Amino acid sequence: MKDKQAGLLVGFFMLMGLAAFVYLAIQVSGLAFTDRSNGYTLEARFDDVGGLTERAKITIAGVTVGEVSRIEYDKDYYMGKVVMNIYANVDNIPKDSSIAILTSGLIGEKYLGISIGADDEVLTDGDEIYDTQSALVLENLIGQFLFKSGE
Amino acid sequence: MVAVKTLFTRVTTFVESLGLAGIFLAQSLFRLPVRFEEACLLYIRQVYSVGVLSLIIIVVSGGFIGMVLALQGFSILARYGSESAVGQLLALTLLRELGPVVTGLLFAGRAGSALTAEIGLMKTTEQLSSYEMMGIDPLRRVVAPRLLAGITCMPILAVIFSAVGIWSGMLVSVYWLGIHDGSFWSLMQQTVYFDRDIFNGVIKSFVFAFAVVWIAVYQGYVCHPTSEGIGRATTRTVVMGSLAILGLDFLLTAAMFGDF
Amino acid sequence: MDAYIDIKNMSFHRGDRAIYDGISIQIPKGKITAIMGPSGTGKTTLLRLIGGQIKPSHGSVVVDGIDIPNANRKALFEARKKMGMLFQSGALFSDMTVFENVALPLEEHTDFDEAMIRDIVTIKLQSVGLRGAASMMPSELSGGMARRAALARAIALDPALVMYDEPFAGQDPISKGVLVEMIQRLNSAANITSVLVSHDVEESLSIADHVCILSGGKVILQGSAEEVRSSEDEQVVQFLNGLADGPVPFHYPAKDYQTELLETR
Repeated sequence: MKDKQAGLLVGFFMLMGLAAFVYLAIQVSGLAFTDRSNGYTLEARFDDVGGLTERAKITIAGVTVGEVSRIEYDKDYYMGKVVMNIYANVDNIPKDSSIAILTSGLIGEKYLGISIGADDEVLTDGDEIYDTQSALVLENLIGQFLFKSGE
Repeated sequence: MVAVKTLFTRVTTFVESLGLAGIFLAQSLFRLPVRFEEACLLYIRQVYSVGVLSLIIIVVSGGFIGMVLALQGFSILARYGSESAVGQLLALTLLRELGPVVTGLLFAGRAGSALTAEIGLMKTTEQLSSYEMMGIDPLRRVVAPRLLAGITCMPILAVIFSAVGIWSGMLVSVYWLGIHDGSFWSLMQQTVYFDRDIFNGVIKSFVFAFAVVWIAVYQGYVCHPTSEGIGRATTRTVVMGSLAILGLDFLLTAAMFGDF
Repeated sequence: MDAYIDIKNMSFHRGDRAIYDGISIQIPKGKITAIMGPSGTGKTTLLRLIGGQIKPSHGSVVVDGIDIPNANRKALFEARKKMGMLFQSGALFSDMTVFENVALPLEEHTDFDEAMIRDIVTIKLQSVGLRGAASMMPSELSGGMARRAALARAIALDPALVMYDEPFAGQDPISKGVLVEMIQRLNSAANITSVLVSHDVEESLSIADHVCILSGGKVILQGSAEEVRSSEDEQVVQFLNGLADGPVPFHYPAKDYQTELLETR
């Protein structure tokens, strides 16, 4: 009888551990089992991706519409190539839209923001956004500022 | 000259006891209970006394540590206008460090000392001798189930600790400090990686569990069979266990996150 | 004499102190042997040496033809199945009921099914008068009851040798009487070899067929109870009659009393 009760509590304990683990995996690390392949892929090349990481969010008008799936170095163009995954329901991004690397807050994460263009044609799977604006690198900014004030 | 000699004896004694503890560990682990049914029963009883009974202290401390972290993190991050990053601060500190380490320290104090005292008392009351005289190996019957139960329970406790900590920190930051819960979670999810953070944390707690339980059962097994001896062995378990956790944590952190 | 346990020229040292210094003891088969001597002569150590828990520094300990100190682990564990030991404290496993305590050696060492084990345990508990206490925990038992339960556990496997470590120490007269009777009954009913370690002179002499008195690491007398009673050896007389002073001095060695009192501080 005593053992039966202990067994029940031990089972409860282990279930609780499992639940906590699943909670950490899904809610905290965002290891979502939601189907990522559901969306479509876009590419963009930047002169400088400075600080952008994989799984950074992509926003339109501040609303998250996807995330960065891969960042690699493009040998042919000497640029940083960013491959991103856009949610399937966001299927009307004009072809001439531009994309910029932005920063949330002063020391926050880098993310991508898409500014909508005016073209009638929309981007589809595998397309590239050509109008890109690189990450704001503080050193370059200060350099430019000093250069200008010297004139 | 005398000092050198003392140091030498100290070192040899230390190496010797380490060796003895190693032999003890190997013998216990290779002589698991033979019959499956018996093994299960002994194991479940130990999980109950080592794991289930430690649950309350783990949940309560996890909750409070999460809330304190949220408050402190908020007050610092708010100066830079990045208070919504409190979620990622909370998750990373808990998963990587505080979860395994604090659980380990609490575990050494709660379950480790109990293991030492229990085995020490069994030695003092001749129960271990009694097993031997009955032709039953006390390492197999008494020590092995406790080792296994301890090693498996602590990672579970550490995961529960982290989950409760993050959840209670979320309550404070979202419902009290008014951080938008969407940005709280999304910032957290953006920085926390399953393999780098959660998995490494679980590995850490496995290593800590191994060290603490090993120390605890060994100290109980070799303690001087008097009430004073048990008291000293229990203290040693908590002190050595805690120091081992902190030392190992440094090594593991350097190995896991040291590639800057 | 048919010796079940044969100890020859055996010495045992703890640190630099010799607990035993070349003793030889023969314990006859099927009889009750009492090993007596003042406290601190390592009587319990002798039982541990017989059980193989510790090894002698010199000499041999042979139990039923098996050389205990040189036996390997397996042979030793096998030999121990034929030994039952009643520890001074009882040493009941505190996390099990009385029933589970008695059933444990059966579950470990036999292939009996559950019903069979239940029957044997019930018989053993009945023989020590504790059938009604089967479901109690050891912490709920009185000292005498704990010792009886431990005896039931020690004889669960029907051993050929039962060792009693101070069975009468700290027991009230009724419990002592019960234990004396049980040891006697067990021995005559099952033809068990019994070894009794004790310093309770009357109880031990009343049941022992063979007596062995130890002192200062040596055997000072071996023989029947009558031989012991009629012995004129100073050490034996002092021990049996409980004289305060004799070969075992009342005073622990110290410097001269008068000198110490007159010492100037």
